Amino acid sequence: MWPMTSATQRSISDEIAHIHATAQPGETRTRLDFAPYRSSVLRHPTKQPLTVDPEDVELAAPVFGQSDVDPIEADLTLHPQGEPIGERMVVTGRVLDAEGRPVRGQLVEIWQANAAGRYVHKRDQHPAPLDPHFHGAGRCLTDDEGRYRFTTVKPGPYPWRNHDNAWRPAHIHFSLFGREFTQRLVTQMYFPGDPLFPLDPIFQSITDETARQRLIATYDHDVTTHEWATGYRWDIVLTGSHATPMEEDTDA
Amino acid sequence: MREHGPSAPTPGQTVGPFFHYALPYDDGPRLAPAGAPDTIRLHGTVYDGAGAPVPDALLEIRQADASGRVPATEGSLRRDGRFTGWGRAATDTAGRYSFRTVEPAPVRDGAAAYFAVTVFARGLLDRLFTRIYVPSHGLDGDPLLGALTEERRGTLIAMRDSDGDLRHDIRLQGDRETVFLTFPGHD
Repeated sequence: MWPMTSATQRSISDEIAHIHATAQPGETRTRLDFAPYRSSVLRHPTKQPLTVDPEDVELAAPVFGQSDVDPIEADLTLHPQGEPIGERMVVTGRVLDAEGRPVRGQLVEIWQANAAGRYVHKRDQHPAPLDPHFHGAGRCLTDDEGRYRFTTVKPGPYPWRNHDNAWRPAHIHFSLFGREFTQRLVTQMYFPGDPLFPLDPIFQSITDETARQRLIATYDHDVTTHEWATGYRWDIVLTGSHATPMEEDTDA
Repeated sequence: MREHGPSAPTPGQTVGPFFHYALPYDDGPRLAPAGAPDTIRLHGTVYDGAGAPVPDALLEIRQADASGRVPATEGSLRRDGRFTGWGRAATDTAGRYSFRTVEPAPVRDGAAAYFAVTVFARGLLDRLFTRIYVPSHGLDGDPLLGALTEERRGTLIAMRDSDGDLRHDIRLQGDRETVFLTFPGHD
């Protein structure tokens, strides 16, 4: 069913191990040049980025508000015809900047596979069932403490074509904005203890073990609700902002 | 519970191949209504290191309005006639993107005008920042452009189509690789 690809998991894992062994300790940024993720080979810049001081346009994040987002968009299990299959769960946490201040009233977008590991996307040909009651995309605004909260079902792992027998660990895609345009972040949240972590070239494109752990949510029984949903907590820290903090933000 | 402290940034991960049903939306590329006076199209193609178009990229832009003011206005997702200075466009099957917007004016007298840009794509493990400069006044005095060779600075300046639109290609890699940016504190 899947076309034969040249690399085995063993050779991909060997490539990952070699890169990690030669990486600098404390290299906490995601590598753009990471050949075990084959699609990155022709899609990473080869020149060093130019460091610039952000100017007015880059110091101003886009503004989103109540007119942009309906509160029901935070519940991915709502469907007029019925409930999605899978482990119902709540994912919640805070969006903070590097100084630990909450990012308030800002847009958070997520998208994910269903419980069987299938996306509602025409390019996803994984022979797992679509769920007629699950679309898999949600949005919300953070509250005054920078908190977001989604209700969804736990996504399944799924195969992909990077190499032979390649599987992605279960994850939820997150899109985040800060106070500045420079703080834009798109990332993926993973679940604790996933056996696919060491095998996945996307997760392993962060060579620093401690930095990788920042992408893994924590099971939190205080978020879990009686006879309803399991709970996961995941805080997101954006890069530092450059503007002078406003008075209202210094009390965090 | 927060074992790493609040100051360590969360690393980025690729937007992947399946963002199309979640991130793009009809009004995303339409910062200004079609047919409104004085609007332009900002358009181009995203290429990979082999010169092939990238059909699964996503661009976001942030810009001043035609008077040089950077709007702090909500409504980018449900525009309702509001100009928010922010837009989002996915590339099509030929790697092309297109925004309908107003041409930004300089934020300060004598400065150059540009669109701030974020690039995402399948295969791109973290977002990239760049700028698209309006080919107009102020380019010679711009500190960023002044730090680049003639060839490199050309990758940041849009071309004016005969109909007044702005065309700008983005090359993720290769001989004419676009200049990408990082900001202090981002490493």
